[in-house]
Amino acid sequence: MPQLGESVTEGTIHRWLVAPGDLVKRYQPIAEVITDKVNAEIPCPVAGRIISLDVPEGSTVPVGTRIATILTEEEAAHAGSAPAGPSAPAEAVAETAPAETGSAGAAVASAGAASAGTAAPGSGGTATAVIAPPPRTAGGRYSPAVVRLAQEHGVDLSRVHGTGLGGRITRKDVEAYIEAQRASASAPPAQAVAPAAAAASAPAPEPPSAPVTGVPFAAPAPAGYPVRSGPGDRVIPVDPVRRRIANKMVQSKHEAPHAWTMMRVDVTDLVRLREQVNPEFRRQHGLSLSYMPFFIKAVVESLKEYPILNSQWAGDHIVVKQEINISIAVATEEALAVPVIKNADRLSIAGLNLAVADLVARARAGKLTVDDVSGGTFTVNNTGAFGSFLSAPIINYPQAAILSFEAITKTPVVLENDAIAIRSIMNICLSLDHRILDGLVCARFLQAVKRRLESYGPGNVSLY
Amino acid sequence: MAVMNLVEAIRETLRAEMRRDPDVWIVGEDVGKKGGVFGATLGLYDEFGPERVQDSPLAESAIGGVGIGAALYGTKPVCEIQFADFIFPAMNQIVSEAAKMRYRSNGAWSVPMVIRAPFGGGVHGGLYHSQSVEQYFTNTAGLKVVVPATPYDAKGLLTAAIRDPDPVLFFEHKGLYRAVKGEVPEEDYVIPIGRAEVKRDGTDITVISYGKTLHFCLQAADLLEKEGYSALVLDLRTLLPLDKEEIVAAARKTGKVLIVHEASKTHGIGAEVAAIIAEECLFDLDAPIQRLCGPDVPAMPYADPMEKFYMLSTEKCLAAMRQLAQF
Repeated sequence: MPQLGESVTEGTIHRWLVAPGDLVKRYQPIAEVITDKVNAEIPCPVAGRIISLDVPEGSTVPVGTRIATILTEEEAAHAGSAPAGPSAPAEAVAETAPAETGSAGAAVASAGAASAGTAAPGSGGTATAVIAPPPRTAGGRYSPAVVRLAQEHGVDLSRVHGTGLGGRITRKDVEAYIEAQRASASAPPAQAVAPAAAAASAPAPEPPSAPVTGVPFAAPAPAGYPVRSGPGDRVIPVDPVRRRIANKMVQSKHEAPHAWTMMRVDVTDLVRLREQVNPEFRRQHGLSLSYMPFFIKAVVESLKEYPILNSQWAGDHIVVKQEINISIAVATEEALAVPVIKNADRLSIAGLNLAVADLVARARAGKLTVDDVSGGTFTVNNTGAFGSFLSAPIINYPQAAILSFEAITKTPVVLENDAIAIRSIMNICLSLDHRILDGLVCARFLQAVKRRLESYGPGNVSLY
Repeated sequence: MAVMNLVEAIRETLRAEMRRDPDVWIVGEDVGKKGGVFGATLGLYDEFGPERVQDSPLAESAIGGVGIGAALYGTKPVCEIQFADFIFPAMNQIVSEAAKMRYRSNGAWSVPMVIRAPFGGGVHGGLYHSQSVEQYFTNTAGLKVVVPATPYDAKGLLTAAIRDPDPVLFFEHKGLYRAVKGEVPEEDYVIPIGRAEVKRDGTDITVISYGKTLHFCLQAADLLEKEGYSALVLDLRTLLPLDKEEIVAAARKTGKVLIVHEASKTHGIGAEVAAIIAEECLFDLDAPIQRLCGPDVPAMPYADPMEKFYMLSTEKCLAAMRQLAQF
């Protein structure tokens, strides 16, 4: 399983595009893989023949896991030139291929090469082409008892502490882990209490802090909180994408202490501007000019003013990102995608408009690449598009903040001269990671966004 | 209840069975007036007379052959081979005749014979008085092979062997004859052949042994306990047929198995036990199955340091058990 983007630790084989025995070209897609919110095709790293598919469709495996075994063309050639004769390449392939790692197959291959006298130099060590480096030998080998227990109890062995020789995970380690899980599952559910307390009195004191960090994210069914389906209920299986979203949201809510703030923005002039230029813009570009590029423009310029909002928490330090890559939340019927506009500060309003339209279209078509969804440093969310007036978004972890733009509504407001006027008003809502950010800087940032949005009007903003 | 050593338990069992059943009799070298070189038949000549406790010529083939003939005639001979090392002249009688009699006669005939033989090293016996011969017989279907490790087991198993309708080889480790003592009930009891016994329960590792090395393992288990590891020690007691159920249950319990015997390693009992475990409970195993056995050299050395090198010991068992526990 290749590393498909930063902080991606595992991938799900959605669909195999090849079958054992198939000849594959280099870079030919061999599988569709689902990682964080995208479908990606895995290109074949070498040309050759597929010997085996080692991970079934629907399985989720860690990065670095061998997912397929390929006999390279060179090896096939060498195997074919072995004494068995040219008519027997297939058999020779079949015999050498199942060798677990290079050793056995390599011996055959290089022996064949030596007798044929046509060896490509250095080809001996590649008897089986493994798509990813094999897992670490020490940490990746488990006794039969350990594997069985892990499978029977759904234990993720990477979470088990090994006490055996060289840190080996022993059967007793797994048994102890299962026992501990069982004990913690049957303990009073501290988390279930917390929301109730918070709801009862808004500034609730810290709930008795249960150690939640060890809890697996979005666990299948939290113990002590049984969900039963009755007759007529519809049960929807959690697919990998839904699971990813759930895990990501839980992780963000667990790890980043969210604070929230909102400001009201008068976008009357922006609305007028858009109404004025949109017909002509659409004629030129075949594409409507939306509000999003203006929102993004206001955000990136304000981020330059307050770069701390364009940062990430890293435990003992904070990383302030140089690039301004804006993640945009795109809702589809089934799920949520968050593609990224790279270096959004370098794009014009028209450029941003095109970038947004492109990403939205590809997100809805399920055609986003891994690159499209990685590298974001700040997220904007156009919740107003669904008519939302107010929202409290969850931070796109590990970013520091997320800003939502709410519905623009005509509202009677009191102007500075105490006159009452009908204006186009929009709320902007910011959720922030309070480990990194405090209220003051966020208020200043929001003020900066507000100031920019309110300044956009007919004749004073360049679209290009 | 009387406390006896191993050889006393065997002698009293012979006496009890001869009193109980007039068909039981003894044949062997120096078993009569002398009472055997280890004293296993001491006093039996005086009690039962020369017809039931017979001295044989120095010919093990004759002891085996006479035993088979007498058994076929309807008596229950208990043959003594003075040292197990000398059993090989009787190999043909034991393997080709005694073991196959029931099979070849389609069940019409059987050989209710016991052959007792002291075996094992560590007593400065040198090449001809130290061998562990049990593995020559354990791949011969038709035989039963028994090795007691305690006086209590010796009585119950020898009683079972004498009453068994088929040939039983009863190997007694000469290093245990007077070294191990235990309570032996005076009343009649039988320990079924083919049953292993957990001599010590434990949770971290499983040690499987028999004979003298079983005691090394038990002592090592006590020492290992002080280091925080708990060892289960299983006494096979019968080598043929092996008690598969107990072996697999003991292996399952901890998932880490060490097999210990004085007989040589290659093609040994340990290999068979390991194979059973691998076949029956691979998915309970948490470590490679280990064997600690006598070395594959032709014979027990006579020189004291060399004999110590050859022989297993509590220390050697402890080291192997510790290593497995830590794995």
